[in-house]
Amino acid sequence: MSADDRRIFSMSGIKRNHSRFVDIVKGKIRANLKDFVSQGEMHGRQGGEIISIPVPSIDLPRFTYGVRERGGTGQGEGKPGDPISGAEGEEGDEPGQGKKAGGAPGEHDLEVDINIQELAQMLGEELKLPNIEPKGSKDITTKANKYTKVRQVGPQSLRHFKRTYREALKRQVASGIYDPRNPVIVPIKSDMRYRSWAEAPRPQTNAVILYMMDVSGSMGDEQKEIVRSTAFWIDTWLKHQYKGVQRRFIIHDASAREVDEETFFRTRENGGTLISTAYKLALDLVEKDYPSNDWNIYMFHFSDGDNWSNEDTKLCLELMTEKIFPITNQFAYGQVESRYGSGQFFKDLLEAFPDNERLVATRIAGREDIYDAIGRFFKAGH
Amino acid sequence: MSASRTPSKEILQWRDTIRERAVKAGLDFFEVIFEMVDYREMNELAALGGFPARYPHWRFGMEYDKLSKSYTYGLSKIYEMVINTDPCYAYLLTSNSLLDQKLVMTHVYGHSDFFKKNAYFAGTNRKMLDEMANHALKVRRHQEKFGIDTVEEFIDCCLSLDNLLDPHAGVIRREPLPVSEANRVEVAPVKIPTKSYLDRYVNPKEYIDAQKKQIEDSRVQDERFPNRPQRDILGFLLQHAPLKAWQQDCLEIVRNEALYYLPQGQTKIMNEGWASYWHSKLMTGGLLNDSEVIDFADVHSGTMATPPGGLNPYKVGIELFRDIEERWNKGQFGKDWDECDDYQSKGHWDKKLGKGRDKIFEVRRLYSDLTFIDEFLTEDFCRRQKLFSFGFNKRSQRYEIESLEFKKVKNQLLSQLTNFGQPVIEVIDANFRNRGELLLVHRFDGAELRPDYTQKTLSSIAKIWHRPVHLETLAEGKPIRVSCDGDGNFSEEDLEALLKVEHGPVKPG
Repeated sequence: MSADDRRIFSMSGIKRNHSRFVDIVKGKIRANLKDFVSQGEMHGRQGGEIISIPVPSIDLPRFTYGVRERGGTGQGEGKPGDPISGAEGEEGDEPGQGKKAGGAPGEHDLEVDINIQELAQMLGEELKLPNIEPKGSKDITTKANKYTKVRQVGPQSLRHFKRTYREALKRQVASGIYDPRNPVIVPIKSDMRYRSWAEAPRPQTNAVILYMMDVSGSMGDEQKEIVRSTAFWIDTWLKHQYKGVQRRFIIHDASAREVDEETFFRTRENGGTLISTAYKLALDLVEKDYPSNDWNIYMFHFSDGDNWSNEDTKLCLELMTEKIFPITNQFAYGQVESRYGSGQFFKDLLEAFPDNERLVATRIAGREDIYDAIGRFFKAGH
Repeated sequence: MSASRTPSKEILQWRDTIRERAVKAGLDFFEVIFEMVDYREMNELAALGGFPARYPHWRFGMEYDKLSKSYTYGLSKIYEMVINTDPCYAYLLTSNSLLDQKLVMTHVYGHSDFFKKNAYFAGTNRKMLDEMANHALKVRRHQEKFGIDTVEEFIDCCLSLDNLLDPHAGVIRREPLPVSEANRVEVAPVKIPTKSYLDRYVNPKEYIDAQKKQIEDSRVQDERFPNRPQRDILGFLLQHAPLKAWQQDCLEIVRNEALYYLPQGQTKIMNEGWASYWHSKLMTGGLLNDSEVIDFADVHSGTMATPPGGLNPYKVGIELFRDIEERWNKGQFGKDWDECDDYQSKGHWDKKLGKGRDKIFEVRRLYSDLTFIDEFLTEDFCRRQKLFSFGFNKRSQRYEIESLEFKKVKNQLLSQLTNFGQPVIEVIDANFRNRGELLLVHRFDGAELRPDYTQKTLSSIAKIWHRPVHLETLAEGKPIRVSCDGDGNFSEEDLEALLKVEHGPVKPG
């Protein structure tokens, strides 16, 4: 018997049927994950939130009439040729109510509540993302207390009822004062058991992720959407995977500024493109808040690759070689295809750093490519 | 059942009063056991079709999900539920007002009477509570042994066939198929005994030949398997498909339960109409306080409300029962009535027969929705109730009222009720092409099948039959044969082209 089966078996009644249903739905979501990822609707959602997503209704197929094959009968005012309101709606709940022509079964979507983190986790499973393990030994180990032990002394508030009871019962049975007809268990002092803690070393990894996004005029709305979607899914997944990871958001056109998450996922701006400004700002932030000895640093940069000038590109490449690569665990560059942009930056990067393992650069061809692009980002992580 | 489900004293007192009134009114019901449940339990029970213990299956979970969501959003609330068992179990929602409870109880006694007396319910198992629980146990055991996925997948296959039943299974017990060769009696043409010189006039050659042909035909047919087309496909598979014991169990369970629910689908209009007729009759016949009248009217009209572009079985049912009662009271039936074409005298027709009450009791005993509508839906009624038929207009891409004409409306309604609204599919050959393949035919009645579902259902049958399965039907006006082989591959053949090559002519309709 599989673990899944066992979990299902342990439940009873409607709960069992319900969780079975939920499992099946999640399977559906998993199977259609790619579509969900390319949908833009999830943006700006906070992690941990419950969202309702439409899933094609699961149905037991039967031999049944085609959607619009059959008419129906109704009751009310009207003359021939009048449109029927509501006929498009759900088929009548009552069998025999007259099959209202109407939407076919299956056209009606199931709304499924799902935790967005769970969705991100599925994404992780599906892509088989390699966890980005911190490189080097920058780990700081802290000690955490866990209440896993049992002792004979302790405060009343930590009394362990079950264990105390068991001790008392054991003692009474052993000493023959236990009477099954009058099963009164009276614990004495030596029976008392208390919960207690053990110190467990817990590796703590500090990681910071810096997202940089190009919001310049050459990026169309569609491009920005794509970039946001990509960033959103990466962010959601990372947040899920690494608790307490720090995230900073930078947007740039001809100048860069740090923004909060909300703005990052929503803003629309226009202007020229100077990529270096973003890199400089990112480096400033790192210098100020995240000394690279203590922090794993990841940078994600999204752009259409249409930098303003060659000089600036040169500056960028310099910054990368001298400052960024030495301190970051990974620098990821995602370039979205744009009608206006030349996409030169991508080529420049590859030329300058043909096989730098710190750099991952990928092109995102369109909405449908988001899912694969995320995969490429993380596959190259090692 | 926990003690907490016992209704309060007040409700029990009302139950006794209502019961007494119902008996006095002539209702003959199974005893009803009322239980109080909260909305959660109600949703749970409703998801399980009213039975507290059923075999585990995800679709109950899905149903529960839907019900509880629509309850949470305030879209729907289940007022009452009653199951066809002896004694009848009915559930009352704890949060309902006393008026609601009274109304529900009167309504339930109507249902219980219908369950007990209507002919279509005669064959149902009144101990279904126990049987369902047994089903649950069996399926659970099989799942423990063979794994949840395996068993559930198979049940899914069976469930997708659960509308392929003999719609008259409740009232007609069909003989099992004669199979053995030995039982067949050689039949010779029958001659009418006569004097020899009259023989060639009394028994002319054509007559004898016709008989010979008939005998030959039936012999050919007998050689086929099944020798008569089988509508009860579930039953056919149960008897003849190569199934493992646990699969047979599951298939039988699905079929049993489908047969149990079948009459409820066949008598929805009548059953709800009857119960509504009685809750209205009894409540307004002295069970209401003055202060409750408005609320009663509100709740009652709520149940009678017709959704736009649809029919409410409660409404159609109650109105039709009332119409029948009135007509039989006034003697508006029979030859005289039918042949009278004087509008004036028809309008004042009242023979003071007073047969209405008896008639509706008779109707509730003998009819199903199909025959009920067929016999009692009159032109007058159709006009008064503003019934119409509608269809999808391909040009305007919307549903439009097609006709208010009595004949068309009635035909539309009847076709919706025929075979409980499901397409008629039959097994005609279980040894198709002499390769043990299964051939089904869709008796075309003007509406085509939904193609994607057809394919999926075929593959379900193929999984049960273990050999390729074919279905002859019409698609886009052309006769086709859809086939599904054992591996779930589909193919489609144009039958018109095939007809020249192969024997079996397809006769749709």
